[in-house]
Amino acid sequence: MTTAPTLVLADAPSGTALPQLRYDVSATTVVLGALATRDWRPMHHDKDFAVNRNGTQDIFLNTPNQAAWFERYLTDWTGPHGRLGSITFRMRGSVFPGDTMVFTGEVTETSIDEAGVGWAHVSMALSVNGEIKTTAAATVALPTTNDDNPWQRRGDAWRP
Amino acid sequence: MTQGLTPLPEHLEVALVAHGGDPVAAASTMLGVPQYTTAGDFPVEMGYVWSSLASTENGNPLYWDAAVSDELTEGPIAPPSMISVWFRPHHWAPGRSEVALPLQVHFDLKSLFGLPEAVMTDNTITFYDPVRPGDLLTTHQVLTSISEEKTTKLGTGRFWVIEVVYNNQDGALVGIESYTGFGYKREEAR
Repeated sequence: MTTAPTLVLADAPSGTALPQLRYDVSATTVVLGALATRDWRPMHHDKDFAVNRNGTQDIFLNTPNQAAWFERYLTDWTGPHGRLGSITFRMRGSVFPGDTMVFTGEVTETSIDEAGVGWAHVSMALSVNGEIKTTAAATVALPTTNDDNPWQRRGDAWRP
Repeated sequence: MTQGLTPLPEHLEVALVAHGGDPVAAASTMLGVPQYTTAGDFPVEMGYVWSSLASTENGNPLYWDAAVSDELTEGPIAPPSMISVWFRPHHWAPGRSEVALPLQVHFDLKSLFGLPEAVMTDNTITFYDPVRPGDLLTTHQVLTSISEEKTTKLGTGRFWVIEVVYNNQDGALVGIESYTGFGYKREEAR
């Protein structure tokens, strides 16, 4: 079996908008995300602690699980050939049960490095009710041709 | 000990005494120094991978379809964004009397400065070789900066940046994670 790339670099020029993703957050979302990332801190499962100790309105999504959400958002778009090089994110506000997360993204630049890796630079945001809660910037390697596979690169051929 | 703070480790108690009780000077002894080199408690395993995928409803066939992972990645791998999961200790283990804390340098700084609350504000992860089931990762933590005292809507405290470097059992670099934390006191607690 040969899996054809969902997306190659030429399909993602600067200015390309990623499809929007909406997701309704529940307490289960927050707790499952915390436990899946082995984050046992009480503000991610104990509402009383979150409200009375942290001063937040409820339990809230933890950092590693937000990383997983952004990865899911990116690879929904790239398909399995897409290989993350780096991701930076900044949390401006917390995401609580009852919120609807809306992920948006745009390709800000593309490049091919000296090793031949094709990179899409993507700017993303997680918003709730139009308010940006987290911003993220990622580099993701995309195949430059239908025969290219970024996952095969090792050592000096992979320079994230 | 202030509520929410862990005991100061011995090396920081020594640094604090050596610097006349000045926490800024004591913290500066940590800058750029690899600390807490730790091997993971357990190997990378697909159970946690699938829990993470379920938590985000991530259907990437790379993680669900062995034929796809055999073709693209020469066998199963873990999602890159899960890298920090593999060094987070379990909540309990035989013989351990206290809850183990990930990112210990962060908790050391909270204790050193007497800041009972903290949030993470920025997180950067750079991904190198793929992490695979069965891998046993080793990490170390490096404090790279500490800010002056600052006041935000949360309270008054300090920002700090900590890097976590991950290698696999063969010594290959698999990732570097950089965290910016803000330790603070809520205004009514001051």
